[in-house]
Amino acid sequence: MAKLLDVKGLRAGYGQTEVLHGLTFELEQGGITTILGANGAGKTTTLRAICGMVRVAGDIVFAGQAIAGKATEDIVRLGVAHVPDGRGTFVQLTTEENVRLGAYVRSDKGQVAADLDRVYHYFPRLKERRMQQAGTLSGGEQQMLAISRALMLSPKLLLLDEPSFGLAPLIVQEIYRILRDINTKEKVSMLLVEQNANIALGIADHAYLLETGNIVMSGTSDVIKNDETIRKSYLGY
Amino acid sequence: MEAFLHQIFSGLAAGGIYASVALALVMIYTATHHINFAQGEMAMFATFIGWALIEWGGLNFWVAFLLTIVIAFCGGFAIERIVLRPLHDKPVLSIIIAFIGLLVIFNALAGWIFGFTIKAFPSPFPTSPPFGNRFLNWHEIGTVGITVVVLLLLFAFFRLTPLGLAMRAAAFNPESARLVGIRVGLMLALGWGLAAAIGSVAGMLVAHVVYLDPNMMAGILLYGFASALLGGIDNPGGAVVGGFIVGVAENVLGAYVIGTELKLSVALVLIIGVLLVKPAGLFGRRIVTRV
Repeated sequence: MAKLLDVKGLRAGYGQTEVLHGLTFELEQGGITTILGANGAGKTTTLRAICGMVRVAGDIVFAGQAIAGKATEDIVRLGVAHVPDGRGTFVQLTTEENVRLGAYVRSDKGQVAADLDRVYHYFPRLKERRMQQAGTLSGGEQQMLAISRALMLSPKLLLLDEPSFGLAPLIVQEIYRILRDINTKEKVSMLLVEQNANIALGIADHAYLLETGNIVMSGTSDVIKNDETIRKSYLGY
Repeated sequence: MEAFLHQIFSGLAAGGIYASVALALVMIYTATHHINFAQGEMAMFATFIGWALIEWGGLNFWVAFLLTIVIAFCGGFAIERIVLRPLHDKPVLSIIIAFIGLLVIFNALAGWIFGFTIKAFPSPFPTSPPFGNRFLNWHEIGTVGITVVVLLLLFAFFRLTPLGLAMRAAAFNPESARLVGIRVGLMLALGWGLAAAIGSVAGMLVAHVVYLDPNMMAGILLYGFASALLGGIDNPGGAVVGGFIVGVAENVLGAYVIGTELKLSVALVLIIGVLLVKPAGLFGRRIVTRV
């Protein structure tokens, strides 16, 4: 399969502090890859680096184009949608305005309207709360909102930053079921960052293990799942 | 009774001006959390451009009016790009100094180019008393009418158009706005352009009443600031309501209670009062920071 994302020697940080010390990883077209790691390993920074929200060094090639150093707005226009850490809700706007903003860069109005229906079909709860101020939604609903906003871009690549964070197990299951649907039905590739290794390995086909800014292990999810060190330190059995 | 009604109506006319200035301040505040102290001088300078178009260029009032709005928009846009953009990550004090610099520059530039003598600014409205009522005049009615139209247009723009939505999104949450592809810097410059355009409308309407000179907006900016604070500095609708309240209060108090000499102190008392009693204003959001 063709590579959708090819990252080589990625370094990134904040101010003087380097957080990522040269990551090399890739993502296949149509695949789901997960990056696992503990708090402070650099998972969020990795995603932020891919979409130009932190200063980077190294190579990032997305769909054949070098995107390292480009502005976030331009990377988004290539079809990279980011479901950020903290969900990034526009709290003062309504739910529907939030969702519609996801399609801001698209000019195909008819298809956007169809996509809005499709997104509401995945998350009927958001449709019920269309006119509600988004800041009043529950955590799970705001996570659904962030995913919906990202889907409205009609992206080639979805970057997901801990979609399970702070949510009840039932909601987490529901969200992951829908993510799997989106991946199989719409062929959207995903790069998933998670602390919850169990659930991430359940959905991903490839996994990387990140420790203080370095990739220490990689392989297919099955291999990683059965690795004894991983099992002990991340899966807890 | 009729005299009292006239005070109310004059107050509404002045209030429309204050509401526009307040709205210009609020627009820049919501996007950047800065108060543009040069807003008044920018409006004054635009008004001089309008005056020059009419007096020197011989243009019809309404042509000059629309042309001035366009020029003010471009001017505001350019100021953001040239002056404020390089300062966007600098401490707030540098930005305030830049605002004060702009204020001084526009004030001096206006005097230098157009002269310091006080000038009459034409009104596009008839001078005859409307409906045979000597307590009203057409300029006041026209001022209220134009401000209401401007406010409705702005409301429609921000609520109903994708660009308006994008501008609100960029102001509320710049990081998320970038993630959906909104060019936040451009939106900021557009906001500056709009604020300058609104200011120019206020300037051209008020210049007929207070006469045109480089210092004409000093008091009006103060009223505008009081209006914005009263309504809630982060709430555009509140700023408009605040403008009308301040306009009426200032007129009625000036006529019956404290006299015209002390009118401007109404604004100062309001500013201090609001900051002391209800810093968020009537309709503003209280900012609570979670730590």
